[in-house]
Amino acid sequence: MDLALSDDQERLVSVLQTFFAKESPPDRVRDAEPLGFDPELWSKFAELGGPGIGPGAAVLDLELICEPFGAALAPLPLVDVLVCARLLEAAGADGADVLRAATGTPPLVATIALHPGVDGVVRRVPAGAVADIVVGLDGDELVAVTAPPDHRSPPNLGATPMADRSLRGSRRVLATGWRATELAARAADEWRILTAGALVGLAGAALDIGVAYAKSRHQFGVPIGSFQSIARDLADAATAVDGARLLAREAAWAADEAPADLAALASMAFLFAGRTAQQAAGTALHVHGGYGYMLEYDIQLYYRRAKAWTLAAGDPRRGVQHLADALFGPVEGAR
Amino acid sequence: MDFRLGPKSDAFRDEVRAFVAEHVDDDLLERANATGTMHDWDVHHALGSRGWIAAGWPVEYGCQGRDPYEMTALKDELRLAGVPQDGIGNTMIVANTLRHVGTEEQKRRFLPPALAGEYIFALGYSEPDSGSDVAAAKTRATRDGDEWVINGQKMFTTLAHEARYVFLLARTNVDVPKHKGLTMFIVPLDAPGVEIQPVHTLGGERTNITFYTDVRIPDTLRVGQVDGGWEVMTVALTFERGGTGLTEAHRLWQETVAWARATMRDGRPVIDDPLVRERLANTAIDNEIAKLFAYRVSWVAAEGGLPGVEGSMHKLWYAERLNAAASELLDMLADDGPLAPGAPGAPVDGLVEHTYRHAPVTTIYGGSSEVQRSIIAERGLGLPRSRR
Repeated sequence: MDLALSDDQERLVSVLQTFFAKESPPDRVRDAEPLGFDPELWSKFAELGGPGIGPGAAVLDLELICEPFGAALAPLPLVDVLVCARLLEAAGADGADVLRAATGTPPLVATIALHPGVDGVVRRVPAGAVADIVVGLDGDELVAVTAPPDHRSPPNLGATPMADRSLRGSRRVLATGWRATELAARAADEWRILTAGALVGLAGAALDIGVAYAKSRHQFGVPIGSFQSIARDLADAATAVDGARLLAREAAWAADEAPADLAALASMAFLFAGRTAQQAAGTALHVHGGYGYMLEYDIQLYYRRAKAWTLAAGDPRRGVQHLADALFGPVEGAR
Repeated sequence: MDFRLGPKSDAFRDEVRAFVAEHVDDDLLERANATGTMHDWDVHHALGSRGWIAAGWPVEYGCQGRDPYEMTALKDELRLAGVPQDGIGNTMIVANTLRHVGTEEQKRRFLPPALAGEYIFALGYSEPDSGSDVAAAKTRATRDGDEWVINGQKMFTTLAHEARYVFLLARTNVDVPKHKGLTMFIVPLDAPGVEIQPVHTLGGERTNITFYTDVRIPDTLRVGQVDGGWEVMTVALTFERGGTGLTEAHRLWQETVAWARATMRDGRPVIDDPLVRERLANTAIDNEIAKLFAYRVSWVAAEGGLPGVEGSMHKLWYAERLNAAASELLDMLADDGPLAPGAPGAPVDGLVEHTYRHAPVTTIYGGSSEVQRSIIAERGLGLPRSRR
């Protein structure tokens, strides 16, 4: 057992922390609203390696990248493009052209739809409003559709660039039948793990903001962090953040090292990271008192995204049923 | 990173499973439930003869020098089998303390038989007026030549009716701040003046109140310096927190899943019910995190560190989530849920009902949830000391 990061991983995390601190400070996050996409940040990310760092990388290393990304709330569809590039690579020769476009110079934004298409339409695609390429399941085919995005998303809680997209038109079939299902399932698991990483980063950053505020804000002549009911909520959130981080990293590690456990751990990591992000951001916001309700304070940026990023995968209680399928096998006769 | 305990631990786990298959049966578990005594001499002696009471101690103590990951495997498997092990837990707290602060004579006298499983210790910290504020103990020890005379009362002296000795915290000086006037003693429970009164609990476990009236013990049974009891307690508490293996909640989940797979309700397997699946899946998440917290404590120990905040997070999490799991799983059993162990038709042989009664104590003993949260807030997050 070894719960420490390697030297290379420490360096990787440190480089990304520096990158996001510089390129995605809260002002830039606010400026990128409501679309939730910063073209300049996308260019800088491309210079750093862009979506091409996805294929061939260890899932754990990608999860570690997503933690500082989430902590910075970076207006960049990082998880979606990494997972999509890996999916295109896994599709082999049929995905080669699309992969080249998605990892070229400059790269096109290629994203995945998390739910199968209905009548050729995939709904609420996480980066649908900014993606040049959308990969999704249309019937028993896994297809990649190339079409210019309209850079408009419906106003939404997390200011995420979500949009409905068509899977028909100029498209490439990447796989069919069980192979299509298998590729999509693997991509969905990886998306859950990397999003869990992003949510863990968000949760940790929100907690830090809440703790710093509780130390500096005085009421009744003492820092409010000395009140037990404040300290209690922060201690509970800190415990959940540690648990969520361990679980997200375990799931990411399992993706390469213990694939039999992947489906269950990916679901667990995603569900728990979502709950924890909401708990940490909600607690930190509350600790701010009335100031937490003001748009001027950054904590609201975390509070909104904690919920919105979680809902991208659907109703969390359905997510729990999905986890149950992984743990106990699907129910016979259920849809 | 590597989340596996490793081949050495896995190999030892197989040995422990074979031991469990040989020594643990339903009779043993029923005996523990019936008497409420969470200690079984047969298993204890068997563990002692294997050298597994202190399997992690070095070879110079006649032990096996098992590493923290092997110890985790041992604890996991005993827990999953439901082996009552309060006696081992208490004894190891005292043994670890003696190893670090005991005299050479005390080590020679107490450690070999305790580690061989010949007898067990009870812990005498809590009193009617002092629980979490353990340093407020009032039980008096007064010097009389080469002897000490002890008078007072201890609460929750669990296993006092089976133990040879109680590890007793007593006040030896009333003229100094409370932390500076305490001394630790090893008191024979068969000494004249010791009285043991049973206390029956919500979870069915038996504990005790112990009374001490002019109990005389030699100075050689003092552990640590006179008035240095708090330093000894600090060592002992380090070994009480944390725990490095799976918890009751893992066994609860495992047994409940097995029951749900094997049981039909309304013509379908219980495991097919979406409400059942939701509860079991949520408990699986909590348990995975409890496992990761426990294994992190082992990892910190294996790396030569002392788990502080990590131990508190583990204790807080497993205790709080065990309560949540027991409540959710009991709801899931609906009107069969209240059926107790032994009742005809009791689901999971009443284990969920029993756990629902047992779970509250886990947020109290070994450092209450409130104490753990204070440690996390102050040492982990650097928040100012709270008003207490």
